[in-house]
Amino acid sequence: MDSEYLLEINGLTTRIDNREILHGLNLRIQPGETHVIFGPNGSGKTTLMMTIMGFPKYRVTKGSIFFKGKDITHLPLDERARLGIGISLQRPPVVRGVKTRDMVAACLKKEDGSEIIEKLAKKANLADFLDRDINHGFSGGEIKRSELLQLLAQAPEVSLLDEPESGVDLENIALIGELINNLLQKIHPIRKRTHSGLIISHTGHILEYVNARTGYVMCNGRIVCEGDPHDILNTIKDKGYQECVSCLRR
Amino acid sequence: MSKKVTNSYEEKARAAENKKAAIGDDIDLSLYKSSFAQAATHVDTKNISKKDKGLMLSAGVMLDDLSQRSGTFVQMDNTPIHSSIRQEGIEIMATSQAMAKYEWLKDYWWQAVAVDADKYTAHVELHQSNGYFIRALPGAKTVYPVQACLYLNKTGLIQDVHNIVIAEEGSELHIITGCTTAFKNEPGLHLGVSEFFIKKDAKVTFTMIHSWTPQVGVRPRTGAIIEKNGLFLSNYVIMKPVQSLQLYPAARCVGENATVRFNTVMVSPPNSKMDIGSRVFLDAKRARTEIVSRAITTGGDIIARGYIDGSKPDVKGHLECRGLIMGDSGTIHAIPELKGTLAGVDLSHEAAVGKIAEEEVEYLMARGLTRDEATAAIIRGFLKVDIEGLPPMLNSEMQKAIADSEKELF
Repeated sequence: MDSEYLLEINGLTTRIDNREILHGLNLRIQPGETHVIFGPNGSGKTTLMMTIMGFPKYRVTKGSIFFKGKDITHLPLDERARLGIGISLQRPPVVRGVKTRDMVAACLKKEDGSEIIEKLAKKANLADFLDRDINHGFSGGEIKRSELLQLLAQAPEVSLLDEPESGVDLENIALIGELINNLLQKIHPIRKRTHSGLIISHTGHILEYVNARTGYVMCNGRIVCEGDPHDILNTIKDKGYQECVSCLRR
Repeated sequence: MSKKVTNSYEEKARAAENKKAAIGDDIDLSLYKSSFAQAATHVDTKNISKKDKGLMLSAGVMLDDLSQRSGTFVQMDNTPIHSSIRQEGIEIMATSQAMAKYEWLKDYWWQAVAVDADKYTAHVELHQSNGYFIRALPGAKTVYPVQACLYLNKTGLIQDVHNIVIAEEGSELHIITGCTTAFKNEPGLHLGVSEFFIKKDAKVTFTMIHSWTPQVGVRPRTGAIIEKNGLFLSNYVIMKPVQSLQLYPAARCVGENATVRFNTVMVSPPNSKMDIGSRVFLDAKRARTEIVSRAITTGGDIIARGYIDGSKPDVKGHLECRGLIMGDSGTIHAIPELKGTLAGVDLSHEAAVGKIAEEEVEYLMARGLTRDEATAAIIRGFLKVDIEGLPPMLNSEMQKAIADSEKELF
């Protein structure tokens, strides 16, 4: 790797249609680190993730995205996935006829991965969902676990997790946390971890299960605060996002 | 068959000789050669040419290894050339032979399809057509499917076929039928009448694979009568070009709890016209049906029809029709129809026609699939109809036939 950063974002400006959503945003993640983004609705959190992943609707007009020292700013979506970036979508589409098993197999990319698929599905408590159409009739929690199951098979070096705990009942949130910890190699000491994560969290619940090194607050398409994720969460809980915005103004 | 009965049908057929079909393009029968049915012969499958066997295999009919079949029937043009049975309790022979053998068969003749429905049914009657007679005796259950192939060998000819399938009480019959041609770019016309009689507690699965060529016209005419607790499961697959194809089989549930499922998978390449549908009449208490169709056009025209008629208490029917338009030309016209004539019937439908959703393609690409791989996976999934009740072997053969044809789509 040419860079000390796994992911390096410089001055990123993104437009959807003719509307600028992100305005010159900077972010750096080293191997093995987990970062969390907080922010009110419409602040651009999901846009940031979709831009990093390379969804065509999210057009970069300024700035750059480097992955392992390689400029991927204009690389197609599928090539980024194959390089080692993965995403858990907040609201993935239903794809009728395409089974969960097919999706996990596509992520795994192994000739005969059926045993691994069964094992991973069992871990995600989705063994009974493998032969169902992907996301069809899944509950909120099942969708999140299915997204994480696919990522576990894909084993990306950077995982972009868009609100992994939203719509998940309290009983299942610990499982979600466990799956994320697996994905981000939390069982290893920090120096041995190679997989990093960028997590969007609305409620911060996930921090009770997943340790994160850095937290950010996004407002109006900019990162307005950076620091210890628990401190940031406590501030938001006590004083709301307005405090983050006014803090910037000071 | 008694002379009197023959005359009665002949008279009706004569009267309908020029009767256009209610739907579908009218085909000028005078443009084709008509021939009278030939007496059945028996050719060992070993003596059928490799080329012919290869073509039949593409329509799901395996002649090199009959061990996985309970019986086999092959008709070339208007001549039945092979019929063999490998299981007790199952009968398979040419309809002309069956008519000679069983006097009672006249009671079934033209009972599920009207002889004067249109000029095609009339043509079949007036040309003393052959076809297959398949019967499962009471309580008999096929271990392996019975297979039948209707093969168009001579160009410019009308193939007239009249098939009768009878599943006696408590029997179970699995049939796979393949229809195909020996030629690639010459004209031909297939007229096929099929009448199914599913008795009390009997089950019939019927999987038909059509593999035609661009100059062939096809007009099947199918009717089924299902008695108490009977099940009729019909699967139809067409993924190869055809000049003009129109079929609209009708199944009538006449006994309580009778169940019918129609699954159709159709792909229409450029210059192909397909007008395909299924009709079910729920004429008995608690009768049920499900009609599912998947249509893809890569440039051809498709009319996808469906009709459910509910007229008795506690009947239930659902119709699902989904179409994908790939490319810049081609049309899909979905016509789902429901008719209820009694309070308490439960009929529903869903229909959707469109292109592949970009959101779905991108979702798969985000997992590392290329655009082409993602599109192929979505189409494969679209064409994969989950068929409840179809034996695993038959299901995998049907899925294989679909998968083989899919390759030509990309």
